[in-house]
Amino acid sequence: MSHDEIKKPTDITIPSTSLFAKLPMIGGVMAVIGLGATLGSAMGESRTRAMFSYLWAYEIFLGLALAAMGWLLIDHTVKSSWSIVVRRIAETIAVTLPLFVLLWIPIGTIGYHSLYPWTVELNDAILAKKRWFLSDGFFFGRAAVYFLVWTVLSWTLYSTSVKQDGTENETERGNLTRRLWTISAPGILLYGVTQSFAAIDWLMSLQPHWYSTIFGVYFFAASIQAFFALMALLSMALQNAGVAKTAITVEHFHDLGKFTFGFTVFWAYIAFSQFVLIWYANIPEETVFYMTRLEGGWNVISYALPVAHFFLPFLFLLSRNVKRSRTGLAVGACWVLVMYLVDLYWLILPNFGTHGEGHHEALFAPTWQDATALIGVGGAFIAVFGYFLNKNKVVAINDPRLPESLVHENY
Amino acid sequence: MSTVKPWGVLAQYENPADLYHACEKVRDAGYSKWDACTPFPVHGLDKAMGLKPSPLPWAVLIVGISGSAFALWFQSYSSGNLYPFIVGGKPLFSMPAFVPVWYELTVLSSCLTAFFGNWIINGLPRPHHPAFGSKAFERVTDDKFFIMVESTDPKFDAEKTEALLTETGATLVEKLEA
Repeated sequence: MSHDEIKKPTDITIPSTSLFAKLPMIGGVMAVIGLGATLGSAMGESRTRAMFSYLWAYEIFLGLALAAMGWLLIDHTVKSSWSIVVRRIAETIAVTLPLFVLLWIPIGTIGYHSLYPWTVELNDAILAKKRWFLSDGFFFGRAAVYFLVWTVLSWTLYSTSVKQDGTENETERGNLTRRLWTISAPGILLYGVTQSFAAIDWLMSLQPHWYSTIFGVYFFAASIQAFFALMALLSMALQNAGVAKTAITVEHFHDLGKFTFGFTVFWAYIAFSQFVLIWYANIPEETVFYMTRLEGGWNVISYALPVAHFFLPFLFLLSRNVKRSRTGLAVGACWVLVMYLVDLYWLILPNFGTHGEGHHEALFAPTWQDATALIGVGGAFIAVFGYFLNKNKVVAINDPRLPESLVHENY
Repeated sequence: MSTVKPWGVLAQYENPADLYHACEKVRDAGYSKWDACTPFPVHGLDKAMGLKPSPLPWAVLIVGISGSAFALWFQSYSSGNLYPFIVGGKPLFSMPAFVPVWYELTVLSSCLTAFFGNWIINGLPRPHHPAFGSKAFERVTDDKFFIMVESTDPKFDAEKTEALLTETGATLVEKLEA
């Protein structure tokens, strides 16, 4: 089939009447209410609790945006063509990354000492050896590097792709695609290092005596699995709003489903790899991570995670028919996203109250700040995402290989 | 002209589009024992040929579950009953220690089923095929597209089948000898 026969989609902008057109406003209101309530509470007596909720919500959306960027980098490096019709959605998720610089400010300021025990326990013998890494200057310096890399990379990926939309010259279009390929391969390296160290800095150092060399990969696995679920749901929602109604086909959903399924297995593999080494060696300074999570109500989640985050989505998404059915994929994707929230909650919240003043056992006790933090950070994410979604076309319409994506078929 | 009943008929097409439409016609004519050969995968050809979904996934699922169950049972039974031995102070039934083998055996049994099931379904290994007797067929790995209809097909009739294939735009139609 020659490319001339394939019609490019025309329904590629958000209709002004759809809910997507109102996202910046809805998100903005959510952000003001949610962030106001959470950070307001962080100024009061329950500062530590509110900041833990905030960190949880922050990592959820940061993880999704980072996974989007990571996938784009891999996608360009392997020169994939099936994904071109849905690629702009991922680009729009990734371009929210600069927002997370602003959202990090509360973590680096009001939450810094309440979240990270190594900033206050200055006489600790074990920490003395780690002081060169876990020190104020290096910590903030590293954060600055991560944000610089993420902002530059995500903005370049987005703006280059958007520039192609308005390019009439065929050669110039091709050059833009090649530029994306060129920056993506070294981009993967930068991305891998920064996202892994960011997970170690902001999540693993919550429990600074404990260490796990696979931790960065764990965060990557959990977030990219959730990202593909989000992609599937967003593509469906956009189609319901009248965007790319015929361009995104069951074949693209099938592929997004395959990725969600594949990374479900990957998450389990990584999670178990971390667990089995610690379980086998049985060294107290390593087992402390699981010990905290086997008491105070966390034990229920610890036992539920392998079942609900792996076995259920694995068995559910295993069938080709489920991945190719809109309802089936939507149910699976929603489930995976909920489990992502639970997984990060289980990763972060047990560290609350295990150090400093008011030292007590880590109890599973959700509070209202969890909800407001989720609404607040989520709102800010939705607002920025919605802004860029409305600003430009939803499909990378001038990608030279778009026709390949439009007629994509799975064997 | 040979008087021996041929093994089948081979038709050559110049491009995937011609082959695709020819397949639709052969399918609609009601043939069942026939095949299409191309130098590269042609999207949607399975639909044009009217192929049913492969039964292979079911075989993989059943053997995979069996392999999985066997791995769990065998490890529990051998470590728990046959040769109870305490390692590293862990209980006899130590689920985490069983997981790697459990996982590997599930994958192994599924993969072997997929690999050899594919051979069985496709009638492999098959060192010779009547189409190899055709000089034209050599270009199937290069730039030509082929359909072959076997004479064991209930609808097969050397003349009618050849006529049908010529009608569909074949640039070359020839008999294949067994």
